Amino acid sequence: MAVQEIWGNALYDTLVEAGVGIFSYVPDGGHKVMIQRAIDDPRVRAISLTTEEEGVALAAGAHLGGAKAVLLMQSSGAGNCINMLSLTANGQFPFLCFVTMRGTFGEQNAWQVPMGKAVRPSLESIGVDCLEVEREDEVAETAEAALNMAYRSNRAVAVLLSQKLIGAKAF
Amino acid sequence: MNQQRGNQRLDRATAVPRVIGNNRDFLIVSGLAGAAKDVHALEEGADNAYLMGGAMGAAVPMGLGLALAQPERHVLVVTGDGELLMAIGSLAVAATSGLTRFSVVCVDNERYGETGNQIAHTAMGIDLATVARGFGFRHTMLAAAEDEMDTARDLIRRQDGLVFVHLKISDAPPPKPSSRSFDGVERKHIFRKALLGHV
Repeated sequence: MAVQEIWGNALYDTLVEAGVGIFSYVPDGGHKVMIQRAIDDPRVRAISLTTEEEGVALAAGAHLGGAKAVLLMQSSGAGNCINMLSLTANGQFPFLCFVTMRGTFGEQNAWQVPMGKAVRPSLESIGVDCLEVEREDEVAETAEAALNMAYRSNRAVAVLLSQKLIGAKAF
Repeated sequence: MNQQRGNQRLDRATAVPRVIGNNRDFLIVSGLAGAAKDVHALEEGADNAYLMGGAMGAAVPMGLGLALAQPERHVLVVTGDGELLMAIGSLAVAATSGLTRFSVVCVDNERYGETGNQIAHTAMGIDLATVARGFGFRHTMLAAAEDEMDTARDLIRRQDGLVFVHLKISDAPPPKPSSRSFDGVERKHIFRKALLGHV
């Protein structure tokens, strides 16, 4: 958890400084620091979802109202989002999500592998640009790039946080 | 299960406008198919409504995002019974969001109207108002009779807790949209320009 304390806090601060005011999430261990920061922070709203695609629609609604919402989820949730991303694509809504990866580098739970390997091709097929982060020193730079692509170019962007960064969970 | 009351069928073309009342009292998000056509018929091209033609399940969570961004405004979500059941967990998200100016009208024709009028789950007695109450909506009601529509119209204007109205209507087709399609980008620009002053 020590490593996540560093990049998780830095990433959270970067997002809030960029004007992100809503964090929706389906919990994941890799997002523990950011989720707790959002819950404890009176400047933002932390919204616990029942399924990840709610966060896709929620972000579009927030944009209609002039706010920035990001979605925090695990790779298993990416598949749940696919049809809802038609709203993002068809309406050219900005969309920014942070995906903690499972099923790839060093995975010990075979159930995580199919969706983990399908994250990038599925998201790209519905129009989401994927930026992968493998090292702690890439987190801030990638977040800045993703923020610009989403909120200045109205792109849908997923930042994939690799198991090289977050570690492969012992299962 | 209210089977008997549930089988009463209000006329769609008059019930939806009567329950919503002045559409300018709200920011409106409407889910796909019949619900979007119902809202479109209230005021064609209204700049306070975002209407969808797809993304089934989006209405409640999209309305929630809008309400979080605009907590001083009252957001009304209009959704069909099929869409609501597809995204039923979103009622839990709304109910735990802390918002109090958020109302949902479920326009229930007990059919999948866009795809051949197949019988839907609500035709078999599902009581959605009780479901919403169970999730934590404060004000809920079934509106299935003429004399309940005015009560429903007042209820969706309550701002002291979340509101859910289960509106039972006939399975007659929804109003046919005249000329404009529900262009996702155009509607977004119109909505934001009216609300925020810029696209």
